[in-house]
Amino acid sequence: MSIYVDENTRVVVQGITGREGRFHTRQCLDYGTAVVAGVTPGKGGQEMEGVPVYDTVAGAVEDTGANCSLIFVPPTLAADAVLEAADAGIGLAVTITEGIPVLDMLRVKTHLQSSQLRLIGPNCPGIISPGRSKVGIMPGAIHKPGGPIGVVSRSGTLTYEVVDQLTKQGIGQSTCLGIGGDPVNGTSFLDALEAFERDPETAGVLIVGEIGGDAEERAAEFAAREMHKPVVGFVAGLTAPPGRRMGHAGAVISGGSGTARSKIEALRENGVTVCEDLGSLGDCCARAFLGVL
Amino acid sequence: MKIHEYQAKEIFARYGIPVPAGGAAFSVEEAVSAAEDLGSYPVVLKAQIHAGGRGKGGGVQLARSREEVQSVASSLLSMNLVTHQTGERGQPVNRLLVEQGLDIEQELYLSFLPDRSAGKIAVVASDAGGVDIEEVARESPERIVTVHVDPLLGMYPYHCRRVAFGLDLLPEARKEFMALLGRMYRIFIDQDCSLLEINPLVITTDKRVIALDAKAAFDDNGLVRHQNLAAYRDPEEEDPLERQASEYGLNYIKMEGNVGNMVNGAGLAMATMDLIKQAGAEPANFLDVGGGASAEMVENGFKILLSDDSVRAVLINIFGGILRCDVLARGVVQAAEQVGLNLPVVVRMEGTNVEEGRRILAESGLDLRTAGDVREAAQQIAAIVGGAPGGNA
Repeated sequence: MSIYVDENTRVVVQGITGREGRFHTRQCLDYGTAVVAGVTPGKGGQEMEGVPVYDTVAGAVEDTGANCSLIFVPPTLAADAVLEAADAGIGLAVTITEGIPVLDMLRVKTHLQSSQLRLIGPNCPGIISPGRSKVGIMPGAIHKPGGPIGVVSRSGTLTYEVVDQLTKQGIGQSTCLGIGGDPVNGTSFLDALEAFERDPETAGVLIVGEIGGDAEERAAEFAAREMHKPVVGFVAGLTAPPGRRMGHAGAVISGGSGTARSKIEALRENGVTVCEDLGSLGDCCARAFLGVL
Repeated sequence: MKIHEYQAKEIFARYGIPVPAGGAAFSVEEAVSAAEDLGSYPVVLKAQIHAGGRGKGGGVQLARSREEVQSVASSLLSMNLVTHQTGERGQPVNRLLVEQGLDIEQELYLSFLPDRSAGKIAVVASDAGGVDIEEVARESPERIVTVHVDPLLGMYPYHCRRVAFGLDLLPEARKEFMALLGRMYRIFIDQDCSLLEINPLVITTDKRVIALDAKAAFDDNGLVRHQNLAAYRDPEEEDPLERQASEYGLNYIKMEGNVGNMVNGAGLAMATMDLIKQAGAEPANFLDVGGGASAEMVENGFKILLSDDSVRAVLINIFGGILRCDVLARGVVQAAEQVGLNLPVVVRMEGTNVEEGRRILAESGLDLRTAGDVREAAQQIAAIVGGAPGGNA
């Protein structure tokens, strides 16, 4: 088992003929992901990396039975792309695009409350269930299949760093997902923890947070209230100055709230093992997950 | 993107929101002529900088005559305004807003902003206006009304009623106040705002509702569809290095330490700064060169880091994964040669062909050291700069 993606995931890539879309379609195919279709309006009937291209998501779904979308379209067109995927009956949309206007995301998020679609991202590296399916831009080779640890993070390359440390400790992963660095996103820490708690193959969860918002605090309360599996946490941004946006649109300490320190404290108070030093995160996980490995 | 008060008031006026009569001035002469245009005294001179807390810092002053306008304008235009938001160095004042004085009966607070956890637009109002709203939130939270608006439905009259009747508001001003709420919401949506704030929103003794102050900030991701807003950008409000970095498409924030660092990805960049600090040194900056990595971006990153005189050593942390380390290493060497690098550099890179990448760095003849992992990288860099900043290694 795993969460959200596995062998049955059939991917349609929206924006497949763009530079990023094409490159990562190849990477996903090489990893073994079932990429069954691509969409670029006006290029229907062509092929890209051996994958048939359609003009609309609905057309791709009808022909290929795609159930998951991987979105690379430019920021101001991305809301349209997510809504199109939802309308076509897609169950999971993984949105890599960075720079989507916040008001667009507010509208999309509100609409999705009455839809079957789960959105991961935007501004994220995607999701991988190692050895089964990779729907994203992360390097597949650093992951170790077979579980039992789930990883959920707001970051991209920082996720690769922590996954690499787990793998070097010999700790495999059930599923690793990035939920994105934007202030308004689809899947939250809380959603991912809930799914990992239900997944029989996941024995523990590593949550990688950063400054800004209160998603870590909410996740911490959920972990204390609802979870039986051990959770380890890391929070980036102890040295971040207040009021400055640290690269990610959502990474800003405002009015003294959303600091790394307050998040670390919230996690600890709720029984989450926190590692403050990235250099020893792998060691820390090996100790904290010892009982479940 | 933030803009000045007088610019925000231009936008407010376009949407029919009443603002005091007044005009912007870039010199003492312009200030005097703007005051004369108003026709009567007293007038208020307000320093135009992006930071808040201007009143407390002495940036807002009354003038009762032409002579007073002259002396107040000349003192404001030569000051470095220090507020709780500017830092100790303060911000030079280059622009003024000259406005008609008003007779005020009530001061309110009003703001619109996206609520990230509710996924809605929040309208926040208080009848304790003209003071720091965070203080009101702490001391008397019952005086703050927050209403959430569904972005798909928009603002309905009941939202306005909930705000208006939730405040201790002069009844004669209620209708005008509710009309103003609708107009503010329209600006917020039309212009992709990340914040609209009026503090204070005043009710005059003749019961008019007027935006005495105005603050507007825009979602950087939305700017691409509002070309008209570009004219409002004030480069003098930005740190010169940060401005140059943004021209290169890099995310850079100046810090106080002496360890320059360059990282791909914002989360990893923050975590790398934390590591530098935990190893006993101080980061000189935050620099995210983007999730990918290319020779050109490393070169631009070097240019930014080396323009900062306080930098004593540089740490490069690139987790490429798919990226080939030999390609990256050649990029680093080439960039170091291009910019005439003469500082010690510790490179930690991960990706395919790591061994080949290390060999290229080692054989370059430059002072480039490789680290096996992030812990080793932080320890090496701290050893080079000798622990705490300013310490002599």
